[in-house]
Amino acid sequence: MSYIVQGDTGDWEVVIGLEVHAQVASKAKLFSGSPTAFGAEPNSQVSLVDAAMPGMLPVINAYCVEQAVKTGLGLNAQINKISVFERKNYFYADLPQGYQISQYLHPVVGEGIVTVDLADGTTRDIGIERLHMEQDAGKSMHDQDPKRSMIDLNRAGVCLMEIVTKPDIRSPEEAGAFVRKLRSILRYLGTCDGNMEQGSMRADVNVSVRKVGETEYRTRAEIKNVNSVRFIMQAIEIEAERQIEVHESGGEVVQETRLMDPNKGETRSMRAKEFAHDYRYFPDPDLLPLELTDDFIEGIRATLPELPDAKKQRFMDDMGLSAKDATTLVADRESAEYFEAVAAKHDAKKAANWVTNDLFGALNKAGLTIAESPISADHMAKLLTLMDDGTISGKIAKDVFEIMWETSDDPEKIVEDKGLKQITDTGAIEAAVDEIIAANPGQADEVRGGNDKAIGWFVGQVMKATQGKANPQQVNQLLRDKLKG
Amino acid sequence: MAGASEKGLNALGVADIRDGLAAGDFTALEVTEASLAAAEAASDLNAFITLTPEIARERAKASDDRRAKGAALGPLDGMPVAVKDLFCTEGVLTTAASHILDGFVPAYESTVSGNLRDAGAVMIGKTNLDEFAMGSSNMTSYYAPVKNPWVGPNGEDLVPGGSSGGSATAVAAQICPAALGTDTGGSIRQPASLCGIVGMKPTYGRCSRWGIVAFASSLDQAGPFARSVKDAALMLGVMAGNDPKDTTSAPNAVPDFEAALAGGVKGLRVGIPAEYTMDGMPAEIQALWDQGAEWLKAQGAEIKQVSLPHTKYALPAYYIVAPAEASSNLARYDGVRYGLRVEGDTLDEMYANTRGEGFGAEVRRRVMIGTYVLSAGYYDAYYVKAQKVRTRILEDFTKAFQDVDVLLTPTAPNAAFPVGAKMDDPIAMYLNDVFTVPANLAGLPGISVPAGLDKDGLPLGLQLVGKPFDEATLFRCAQALEEAADFTALPKYLGGQG
Repeated sequence: MSYIVQGDTGDWEVVIGLEVHAQVASKAKLFSGSPTAFGAEPNSQVSLVDAAMPGMLPVINAYCVEQAVKTGLGLNAQINKISVFERKNYFYADLPQGYQISQYLHPVVGEGIVTVDLADGTTRDIGIERLHMEQDAGKSMHDQDPKRSMIDLNRAGVCLMEIVTKPDIRSPEEAGAFVRKLRSILRYLGTCDGNMEQGSMRADVNVSVRKVGETEYRTRAEIKNVNSVRFIMQAIEIEAERQIEVHESGGEVVQETRLMDPNKGETRSMRAKEFAHDYRYFPDPDLLPLELTDDFIEGIRATLPELPDAKKQRFMDDMGLSAKDATTLVADRESAEYFEAVAAKHDAKKAANWVTNDLFGALNKAGLTIAESPISADHMAKLLTLMDDGTISGKIAKDVFEIMWETSDDPEKIVEDKGLKQITDTGAIEAAVDEIIAANPGQADEVRGGNDKAIGWFVGQVMKATQGKANPQQVNQLLRDKLKG
Repeated sequence: MAGASEKGLNALGVADIRDGLAAGDFTALEVTEASLAAAEAASDLNAFITLTPEIARERAKASDDRRAKGAALGPLDGMPVAVKDLFCTEGVLTTAASHILDGFVPAYESTVSGNLRDAGAVMIGKTNLDEFAMGSSNMTSYYAPVKNPWVGPNGEDLVPGGSSGGSATAVAAQICPAALGTDTGGSIRQPASLCGIVGMKPTYGRCSRWGIVAFASSLDQAGPFARSVKDAALMLGVMAGNDPKDTTSAPNAVPDFEAALAGGVKGLRVGIPAEYTMDGMPAEIQALWDQGAEWLKAQGAEIKQVSLPHTKYALPAYYIVAPAEASSNLARYDGVRYGLRVEGDTLDEMYANTRGEGFGAEVRRRVMIGTYVLSAGYYDAYYVKAQKVRTRILEDFTKAFQDVDVLLTPTAPNAAFPVGAKMDDPIAMYLNDVFTVPANLAGLPGISVPAGLDKDGLPLGLQLVGKPFDEATLFRCAQALEEAADFTALPKYLGGQG
């Protein structure tokens, strides 16, 4: 599914690389014991180390290291047994140390691969260049006071993983699919909550364009800090068009950092710097190189959950689901778990139908996530059981589903309370059938005369008379016996 | 206790005071009052930035109470000590002798000074130093220079060396029996040599750096000053130990250094590194060095010539690595959160104003050197190269230590020099550390022992450098040197005499 932009001078393709910053789901910061909870009072989660008081020293949080390694394994990546923390030096008011502790020449995770699923059912492999750990900075707030800027250091020192792709992405759709897949993997692993709206995940997007057929890369621009999948895709489209225009008008694309303005639908160059930043990286002398043992790595590998690709394959191979349903169900861990809970006691295909069509349809319409579903997996499973054992018909089940959605009630209770139990008492159904036949001699004759379609009309009438509670198969059989037998 | 009556409380060393307190010859409060009085009397030396008499009396009384209940804490309980003002001390102004830390009162206590406090030691004050420990003369302090209690042949004021000059002076002038210093390139050993006392830099990692204002993190190490090797050993025993808050501190157990002093140097192999013979070094320093070797030989040590071929690259490498780390370590002094702030119209202007006014000339020079050597395009030629040199220097030592147990060298290439000298020539000043810097680059323990006087009657020290974490052998050899040298000369100014 190639994404080609037609310019005045020919066809262009887009070359995209992403740097995704994912906040490690850890209760404590990377080099201090301070808590990391979102939304706390400003400067209420700041230790002496975070505030860079004189003489303070960083102590690595082993849990964060585990999460980074776990993520690396989840990205099918090389784990580097020796990695080094370096200082990235620059001055800013929300960077208390005057440097960010990051990894530079020797990251903890090397090359890996993420397989992304595209809308047409195909997949593409996107290369991972590296993953490294680093500290987040604090937050500068310029809108709290007319004259002064305020600093909140709650985020200062929080552990981020920077995940860098190779320039393998070729379309906005692939970029979006990559970020969604990455987020899915991180959530399966539990190493990042993936909440982009809370800033737990954000991306720098590197974009360049080239004529179809060219093998060299042209100059790229970097769009900083894009915080939603939609904006990432939008930024790529806009930036690619801008660059094509620059190239085609004989201009030159400048390697620079740009900001995305979703309101104006444009990217713009960040304030022109008089001189480029020189971060003066050097190994942090306060921290020894990080050395990982095979036991440590293998111990983490042993705890890896089944990841979306493997799960999808299992759903297809063992449960007979279609690729489309399987892809939908594994997209996030909660959906997959929900489905598996429902499918545990039921036909997988039927369970998949109900979950992907009825439940996901309703969730989408209401703008809810699976975690917010008013219908629990347990209740959904019960609903299927009620159908399986003939207590209710498929049609009644749809009605029960509606009530479950509104009330979150147990389907057994709903069926009981509303008297929706299917009538399987042959005598009762027979009485209804006899009554309908007697009341409609003309239609009865048509059936007797060989018009099978008219049987359907009788079924409908009987169901109507029983408020849908009669077993349709039984009704059908009885009608045939009585009219054609 | 003979010491007390004959010498006066101020003349007593750590072990004397320990024993006197244990015997009930005097109280911790008496010793502390003597220290405080001496500090006041010697205020002209400018050894202290802050005196802490209230804290001192309170801790001394608490110590006496403990002792009265039979619950004394150990050898340093009740011991007056001075603390270099580079150690953060809870509730007490901590300046690093810099304008930029104006009014900074930490809410925390450094691990090393905390270890002393927890062992019952009595802090009498925070001592003066070169600004951010950058200097070899104490001339760079924002709080004015420290004077050496020894004076020049014509009565001129001399520097105590640096950077831990205030601590060295406090101990040499008998204001207190021991003091804390830090040593990044010789900042304990050089002033010890210039002031005629013992100064010890332990192995990198032996003491925690937590709570010490950082100069060059890969080189900084806390250590003691005292007037005898035994006293220094007693101090280090309390200061040292692994600290989970400093991941570069070593897990090694801390031996009983005092017990390790026994046994003499018979059979000990002492190396004399050929490369430490410098052109233009005063003949009397060479002679003292030779004498030192003779003293050890006479006690049964085996003297061996060794080679440390990369020695000449140590000082240049040091003046790349140390400023590089310093340029980054000092970035936190930005006027945003604590200390001095000089306002400006923009954030960048506030930084420039604050740091321009807050840092003295030598600190600014080193921050600029450090920034330069880490810059794109220069990093490989300077920083990376210096790290390679560092590796070679460590290899030199490792190789030498296959043949010898300790190395004997001069501590400094000169005795104390006049206040104000060498200030217009940073290279001449930097050369003061030429013999001490290699041990920092290699992380090795070193000790300076007062060994003799020069022609002007000024003290000269000899340095011993040991294997990593073998401070025990170092102390043992240092004590043999000390006994042979029998250094009894006293400086002109003694706090106890007013």
